Amino acid sequence: MRALLIRDLRLALRAGGGFGLGLAFFLIVVVLVPFSVGPQAALLTRIAPGVLWLGALLACLLSLDRMLAVDWEDGALDLLATSPLPLEGVLAVKAVAHWITTGLPLVVAAPALGVLLNLAPGGYGVLVLSLALGTPALSMIGAFGAALTVGIKRGGLLLSLLVLPLYVPTLIFGAEAARRGAEGLDPSTPLLFLAGITAGVLACMPFAAGAVLRVNLR
Amino acid sequence: MELRVSDLAVGRGGVPVLAGLSFALSAGTALVLRGPNGSGKTTLLRTVAGLQEPMAGTVAGAEDRIAYAAHADGLKAALSVAENLQFWAAVFGQSDIATALAAFDLAGLVDRPAGQLSAGQKRRLGLARLMVTQRPVWVLDEPTVSLDAASVALFAQAVRAHLAAGGSALMATHIELGVEGQVLDVTPYRTQALDVPMADEAFL
Repeated sequence: MRALLIRDLRLALRAGGGFGLGLAFFLIVVVLVPFSVGPQAALLTRIAPGVLWLGALLACLLSLDRMLAVDWEDGALDLLATSPLPLEGVLAVKAVAHWITTGLPLVVAAPALGVLLNLAPGGYGVLVLSLALGTPALSMIGAFGAALTVGIKRGGLLLSLLVLPLYVPTLIFGAEAARRGAEGLDPSTPLLFLAGITAGVLACMPFAAGAVLRVNLR
Repeated sequence: MELRVSDLAVGRGGVPVLAGLSFALSAGTALVLRGPNGSGKTTLLRTVAGLQEPMAGTVAGAEDRIAYAAHADGLKAALSVAENLQFWAAVFGQSDIATALAAFDLAGLVDRPAGQLSAGQKRRLGLARLMVTQRPVWVLDEPTVSLDAASVALFAQAVRAHLAAGGSALMATHIELGVEGQVLDVTPYRTQALDVPMADEAFL
């Protein structure tokens, strides 16, 4: 499984776009928001945590459909399914690779982009923490959605619609934690909920994703 | 241990295509499947490889022993020939790729990205993958597509070596490979498409 992870990361680096796409999208959203809502610093400060979380979520969504589609098109997914690796493990590794190439750069870039939105000085730590806790769940849920829609032409649309409701709890608690952090309130309750959702997703989703992928490969 | 298929029925999208198939494949032997296009050879091979469930009957002795090669080779264009093979070797818990590179005459291409190979060279790399898996049963779907005569000979030689080492091979092919083995024509086992016992399967 380590070989699969290394291969996926190597492919993301070499093929280009893997690392950059989500990050560029995040940057565009965050840069354009002040232009669209106007330059009132107080308003930006108020919406900054929510916009940063929404931007991160959409950036994550953007690259989901390629997670399995590439391996499906060139036949590698069939070959992986007949290999000694369990499909659940393959999907978990795919999600980890997706997180490292998409989620992790977002977490790292978020503080820099927070400045553009005039995020309150006290909010940076909680913002990074909430993104670090929440984005792994986004990748794992995304792997489930990708497994569900693999092999469907233009599956990206269906994938987004299927994954959207599953993303809502993570968004609510993640953005809430970031907001409370920025306003100087105690963010521990939403952070705990967020961590709980992520833990539950990481525990269950590989099995759900493996099951639907098996049906899909038939 | 032999691969034993008994009274197997296979289907695509819930519609049965072949039924009543029985054969056994013991160590050191090859079985060549024949039949016109669309007769269900690929579906049969996918079922034997475990990618889909049989509609009836059993496949015994296939668990963790099969190396499957389909029409698509599963190669990554951005990785070199050696990296592609090393990846599959690692997945199957092996490390030796030199034998496979030599057997398919790929040694001169190891550092070439797979995306720059010709169709025949890609196919050779895809077949070399079979060797690095070290699995005893090769399940091959049209292995000689886009190979030239010399490469087909290389492939036949690799299959013979595999059989001599106690492996076995189940393949669907339209050309004469010159490999000793039985031939099974799937045409008599074709079913009428109207006979659908598990119609809801199509919606799963």
